[in-house]
Amino acid sequence: MNPKQLILASNIQTHLCLQRHLLVTFFKTGALLCSRDVSRGFLVYPPSLRLFAEGHAEAETRLPSGATTRHFHPSNMLSRLVLVSASSLKGSGALGAGLIQASRSLHTSSQSLAPVPPLPEKGGKVRHGIIPEELFQLLYPKTGVTGPYMLGVGLLTYILSKEIYVINHETFAAASIGAVFIYGVKKFGPSVAAFADKLNEDKVAKAQEVKDLAMTSLAQAIEDEKKEQWRAEGRSVLFDAKRNNVAMLLETNYRERLHMVTNEVKRRLDYQIALQNLHRQMEQEHMVSWVEKSVISSITPQQEKESIAKCITDLKALAKATQAKATA
Amino acid sequence: MADRPVPVVEKRLMDVKLGELGTWLGGRDFTPNGLISALRKGHDRYYNKYINVKKGGFGGIAMLLAGYVALSYLWEYDHIKHDRWRKYH
Repeated sequence: MNPKQLILASNIQTHLCLQRHLLVTFFKTGALLCSRDVSRGFLVYPPSLRLFAEGHAEAETRLPSGATTRHFHPSNMLSRLVLVSASSLKGSGALGAGLIQASRSLHTSSQSLAPVPPLPEKGGKVRHGIIPEELFQLLYPKTGVTGPYMLGVGLLTYILSKEIYVINHETFAAASIGAVFIYGVKKFGPSVAAFADKLNEDKVAKAQEVKDLAMTSLAQAIEDEKKEQWRAEGRSVLFDAKRNNVAMLLETNYRERLHMVTNEVKRRLDYQIALQNLHRQMEQEHMVSWVEKSVISSITPQQEKESIAKCITDLKALAKATQAKATA
Repeated sequence: MADRPVPVVEKRLMDVKLGELGTWLGGRDFTPNGLISALRKGHDRYYNKYINVKKGGFGGIAMLLAGYVALSYLWEYDHIKHDRWRKYH
């Protein structure tokens, strides 16, 4: 184990050096891939599941930093396996987080980051869970469909007969575990997959909601802006109306004053007329009363007696006349 | 067929002819940087093909588990040798 530990240590060392001298050593496109994954450099050591899962947990906290190739993907990873495996192995992500901070500032990719290409729908095909389909495709032209199975049987026979694989108590244990494992996968696989897919869909739905909200609010803003522009166009009408108002005010004011002037002039003229009338009236009355007075004073007592006697005789005559008329 | 002659070292392993294998191996980058970058690239390819997909199947981690099982059997072989049923095969 010692050499392995040494290699581990030296690789860790080189990694820390790499982080600091990133710009110097990693300028080619291949280097871009390396600089991208410097935060996950610890993964390349013994393929134990825990370290692998550490990469998953780290990867969940990655920043989106895509490039044109499929290798760069956004941080909210949508692969089912990651969701199921990382949820139970979150603790190992602490170390990776620190590295991520360093790596964020060192990304020297000059390729555009958006839009990030979508994840592929299905992974590479694997037959019977552990053998990649490529083997079957490789052997098909020469050996047909049964070729790889024959290869498998032959290999199995060979390693059993030469006891490269030894049958001991562990074989039984492995068989039991394998049986339970396969039974579990076959039974619960689809439901777990559906669950993970639902989680994914929820994430996507949330993001879509945010996007839709942003779109509607922006569209609304555009509408409002257009409305404001339309309103701004109407300002000439507004000013015309205001101008009309002002003109009307001036007009009414002018007419008020005109009325006031005519009224005042008319009042003054009426006053003069009344004054003259009064004058004339007083003169008339005065003259009439003076004439009456002089006439009355000129009537002597002799004349008064004569006139009274005449009046009495006239009245008598009249009475007689009316009496005669009444009886006739 | 090729539009321009590609140097042997840069070809992918599948395209290297048997006779050129020695040259190919000799020209590969065995510095620590090179090794690490090769491992990382391999990891990336595996990861992006089998795990970083929307509907990943079980094969992605099953293959890794199988590899782990095989590798640990290999490391323990010296110990398991003693459980053999026959001495001569």
